[in-house]
Amino acid sequence: MRYLDEYRDPQLARVLLDELHRTATRPWSLMEICGGQTHTIVRQGIDELLPVGVRMIHGPGCPVCVTPLETLDRAMAIAERPDTVLTSFGDMLRVPGSGTDLLALKARGADVRVVYSPMDAVSLAVANPGKQVVFLAVGFETTAPANAMAVLRAAALGLPNFSMLVSHVLVPPAMMALLDSPDCQVQGFLAAGHVCTVMGWTEYEPIAARYRLPIVVTGFEPLDLLEGILMVVRQLEAGRFQVENQYVRAVRRTGNTSAQEAIRTVFRVTDRAWRGIGTIPSSGLALAERYAEFDAARRFEVTSLSAVEHPECVAGEILIGVKLPTDCSEYGTRCTPTTPLGAPMVSSEGTCAAFHNAGRRRTDTILGDTR
Amino acid sequence: MCLGIPGEVIQISLDGVLMGTVDFGGVRKDVCLAYVPDVALGDYVIVHVGFAITIVHREEAQRTLDVLRAMGDAVEAELGQPLPPRTAAP
Ligand code: SF4
Repeated sequence: MRYLDEYRDPQLARVLLDELHRTATRPWSLMEICGGQTHTIVRQGIDELLPVGVRMIHGPGCPVCVTPLETLDRAMAIAERPDTVLTSFGDMLRVPGSGTDLLALKARGADVRVVYSPMDAVSLAVANPGKQVVFLAVGFETTAPANAMAVLRAAALGLPNFSMLVSHVLVPPAMMALLDSPDCQVQGFLAAGHVCTVMGWTEYEPIAARYRLPIVVTGFEPLDLLEGILMVVRQLEAGRFQVENQYVRAVRRTGNTSAQEAIRTVFRVTDRAWRGIGTIPSSGLALAERYAEFDAARRFEVTSLSAVEHPECVAGEILIGVKLPTDCSEYGTRCTPTTPLGAPMVSSEGTCAAFHNAGRRRTDTILGDTR
Repeated sequence: MCLGIPGEVIQISLDGVLMGTVDFGGVRKDVCLAYVPDVALGDYVIVHVGFAITIVHREEAQRTLDVLRAMGDAVEAELGQPLPPRTAAP
């Protein structure tokens, strides 16, 4: 059996798979939301081990992939200003904007720096009082507490030269937008374990009840994913639709309340454009009015932004699960991790990069039957 | 950036906020501990972009690190450097 010997406990993986094959009597379509989970599923070939008819749709949980072009173009315009340091996480640097990417700007002399933590950007602002330090803040609920703390810290220090370009996204509104779409085939969700470590799972309970579909909070190791899939399929077969927690070791129902408190203090909920998907109501975070002075979009006026996507890139359809990377005419030929045309090929959390890194070829997979 | 990595808290300090040093199987980083205020030296925490978001059991942390070693590219994107092989861990 493919890859099974790579599991931490191949025997347990075998038991879970056998149980899954016994349990599934009908075809089911499940979506994993988190890009880290997509990476594991594709790398370990978990989707190829599932019972016939049970398929995984790879969801939009890659923050790099859904950051709107307009935000990237704005970040690049800011980076080109004199005496300005633009900071971000490493995986944002190669994301193609309309014209270029941050890495190319850096090569042309712009001061673009990778930081490990947003707190490092605050330290840079302290150490460089003559420069404006801007942090490009993207991500889901997992990185929001970190970015919130960086703003709180900058406010406590009274830093006049620190600001943030915020493009945060929230998972539950995106799930509802997917479920409301007429093309949606998702019958059950694996909720992202680490998002729930922060937020808990109370937000998912009304979604499970309203759309009558099971949601299982799941970790990102291969065995976690197998168990999460089994838990969703069990519910589907039994006609149940509850929120269950597979990732017991890291997630509590109420999540991390002090992190939530910081998010509520620093940010406010706003409509947010998702790259490839469009605007989803109440699906993002922006700085609260109280912290608006740290908003880079207000501090640095950028005009004449006109975002244009690469014409062949079908990232949007991939992000909502109606196409696979292997359906894209550019996949693996003109678009590769070293020459990405679209965001899902850049980040290791992106579905296109996950497929490419696992060596999946265009002929290997056909939509609707991934084995 | 969404990949949480477990590590051991080997030093705690108060520098305006609760900070500390976390050892990820040999790679050490400064980490903000403000969201795990009950943390103690020797605890294992899951860290996202320099912030501990929860405390986990030691064995869980160890086995997660083993799985992450197999996902080298993703870990490198998160930590800025790869995890050393297990034998090199202290
Ligand atoms: S393979 Fe490249 S061009 Fe095609 S959808 Fe993915 S990122 Fe876009």
